[in-house]
Amino acid sequence: MNPHRRQLLGWGAAAAGAALAPGLRLIELAQARSPQEAASKLQRWGLLIDITKCTDCDVCVTACHEENGVSGHGRPATDAQWIRKVSLRDKRTGYAQTLPLMCQHCEDPPCVDVCPTGASFRRDDGIVLVDKHTCIGCRYCVMACPYGARSVVHEAVSGQKAGVPRGKGTVESCTLCVHRVDRGQTPACVEACNRDGGKAMAFGDLNDPAAEIHRRLKSEPSSQVRADLALNTGVRYQGL
Amino acid sequence: MARVHYREIEGGSGGYYALLGALAALIFAGLVAAWTMEHEGHYVTGMSNRIVWGTPHVFAVFLIVAASGALNVASIASVFGRDLYKPLARLSGLLAVTLLAGGLAVLVLDLGRPDRLIVAMTHYNFKSIFAWNIFLYTGFFAVVGVYMWTLFERRLNLYSKGVGLVALLWRLVLTTGTGSIFGFLVAREPYDSALLAPLFIVMSFSFGLAIFVLVLMAACGWTGRALGEVVLKRLRELLGVFVATVLYFVAVHHLTNLYIARQHDLERFFLWEGGVYPALFWFGQVLIGGLLPLLLLFGTASRRALAAAALCVILGGLAQLYVLIIGGQAYPQRIFPDKEVSSSFFDGVVAAYAPSLPEVALGAGGVALALALTAVALKVLPFLPRSLADGDVGGSTA
Amino acid sequence: MMRIAAGIVVAALMAAGCADAEEKRARRIALPVFKIEKGGTCVAPIEEMRRDHMTMLLHQRDRTVRQGLREPRNSLGNCIECHASRETGSVLGKEGFCASCHAYASVSIDCFECHTPLRRQRTAARP
Ligand code: SF4
Ligand code: SF4
Repeated sequence: MNPHRRQLLGWGAAAAGAALAPGLRLIELAQARSPQEAASKLQRWGLLIDITKCTDCDVCVTACHEENGVSGHGRPATDAQWIRKVSLRDKRTGYAQTLPLMCQHCEDPPCVDVCPTGASFRRDDGIVLVDKHTCIGCRYCVMACPYGARSVVHEAVSGQKAGVPRGKGTVESCTLCVHRVDRGQTPACVEACNRDGGKAMAFGDLNDPAAEIHRRLKSEPSSQVRADLALNTGVRYQGL
Repeated sequence: MARVHYREIEGGSGGYYALLGALAALIFAGLVAAWTMEHEGHYVTGMSNRIVWGTPHVFAVFLIVAASGALNVASIASVFGRDLYKPLARLSGLLAVTLLAGGLAVLVLDLGRPDRLIVAMTHYNFKSIFAWNIFLYTGFFAVVGVYMWTLFERRLNLYSKGVGLVALLWRLVLTTGTGSIFGFLVAREPYDSALLAPLFIVMSFSFGLAIFVLVLMAACGWTGRALGEVVLKRLRELLGVFVATVLYFVAVHHLTNLYIARQHDLERFFLWEGGVYPALFWFGQVLIGGLLPLLLLFGTASRRALAAAALCVILGGLAQLYVLIIGGQAYPQRIFPDKEVSSSFFDGVVAAYAPSLPEVALGAGGVALALALTAVALKVLPFLPRSLADGDVGGSTA
Repeated sequence: MMRIAAGIVVAALMAAGCADAEEKRARRIALPVFKIEKGGTCVAPIEEMRRDHMTMLLHQRDRTVRQGLREPRNSLGNCIECHASRETGSVLGKEGFCASCHAYASVSIDCFECHTPLRRQRTAARP
């Protein structure tokens, strides 16, 4: 469908001038959900990360924090991190590995269960988000997340990216680049990994039989981190 | 039994106003601290992305747990019909309310967005134990309020047993709820224990009674009310039993963990290697909060010893909650079992934490708020009996 | 806080300046600046926008965040695209569209604690 036409349908002619901002990618838009279509239960967005291809690089981290305007104040203990590289060493064999770790977009997310106001929620398509309008900053979700995936915004933020609100006193974590996904793009980390990194990350709809990620999960071994907690994570790993 | 005569405290002396002034100063400091934390952001505190609940939560949980326990004396009087405790019931109810108010104030002012309190009141996620607690806490105010009414209003006295029973059950649920805030965190091994809820209940008995004893002794002493040995002996024994029970539960908790192989690292951390946490456990919680009070309570019959024991219980209780809340977060999450883990986000290492001034000020402000509310209430309404001398309290059925 | 403070200031000024109120107030309280640099009409009649823009934003915000419905019509981003100043590219600042009116009405805005007040692309301001 012609993106121009779609936009016009939604906006009315008056606002169309602004809508046709440059930089929209036609090919990606062609697969995007229309703005009038709600996130669907039929989909489940997820990642598959092959850590045998993951090396000592951190382009995913840089790309994520650049895309989402996550900048620090030089205070590692309180600066936010949406994604981080974790180094592993087997205690017995000494086998060393490295992998990117972010919100695992659990199907049964403990963060959502504990949130008193319902600010932490799971969108119908499986993306776990914080509604910063209703987050009161109690940090209970940070206590509950088994992956240490959440950060508290410890100080005032400025220079936010359009489409990625961030503000002091609320909690945040990886959004699976929901603003990009809704435009039909892949998350920034995946894009960067496949462009400049080890091509270890794949993004897609776990439920879609035609998706590469679905096919690979079906035919190749993969695992979840802390599978014992039975959270059915949307982020899966290979080679762990 | 002679009818108990209650009387407001005079509350006109210089000492009374000095006390209120000092408490007001502490409350003010707490408010300044809260404002700073909200205005600057939480980076000005010792809290971080790894220790998200810090000293304010130690104080808040302590006050909330103690609030429920402070109601003990009233419950014993109304529900279990012990006449000896009856004259003390009103003060007991009062403390339950004021301590809870102090604790909740700390909790709320520590939020990242305290300005959104209204959101917390209008948006509920009924799966969240936290949301349940909001109801349990507000309900507690209501139930204790009605209960106090039945105690004050002679015509309603006969309902006090029934309402007292509701209050008793309510606070048991409330403390279970508070304990479950931690108990439901599957992701954190230190909290992963079924013993946490009962442990919180016995802790509440012990902390609440300790505060009650101190407030009672201070109030009687400063207003020149007689406080007889009969009452004190009872309270002494009761406190002793509670302290011993807490120690017992703590021991069972650690022993069961020691029995489970995968919990060995955890126990080594909390009992031996974890730096400040084992130190606080052994010296703060066990020695000062447990053994010393037992010695003071059962070793002598002096009033000073009772007061000292109560103070020790309070200090030990704070140490215990510090170890539980902050130590529980400092201990690294086991995301990848069997692996040594490292990252720029403090994975696999013990998270550093040191209490900061704003946090301590906020916590102390909450304590001051509870005490100030108590002091004012004692002046406004007749909470205290005119005398608790041995001849004036019903000792026969006690 | 801001809101209360601003309220007190307004009240004090009103009381003080009864005589030559108009003139004095005009000098002391900056009147809101409605500089809309882009032609065309808003998404609803002006009266409705003045009265209900917050409700419209609130409604859209929940649809967008919760359901992923990114209808641009009532979105904050859409407001900013048209109403941001040409020089600063922002709806905040002294003469910013949102800020100046909210300052006049002494109602605090929470939006820009988290959202950027800047237009997406400056070039989008082309007529
Ligand atoms: S990984 Fe953590 S933050 Fe993400 S959904 Fe699961 S519990 Fe929530
Ligand atoms: S910090 Fe915010 S998102 Fe997290 S549990 Fe509290 S209210 Fe919910």
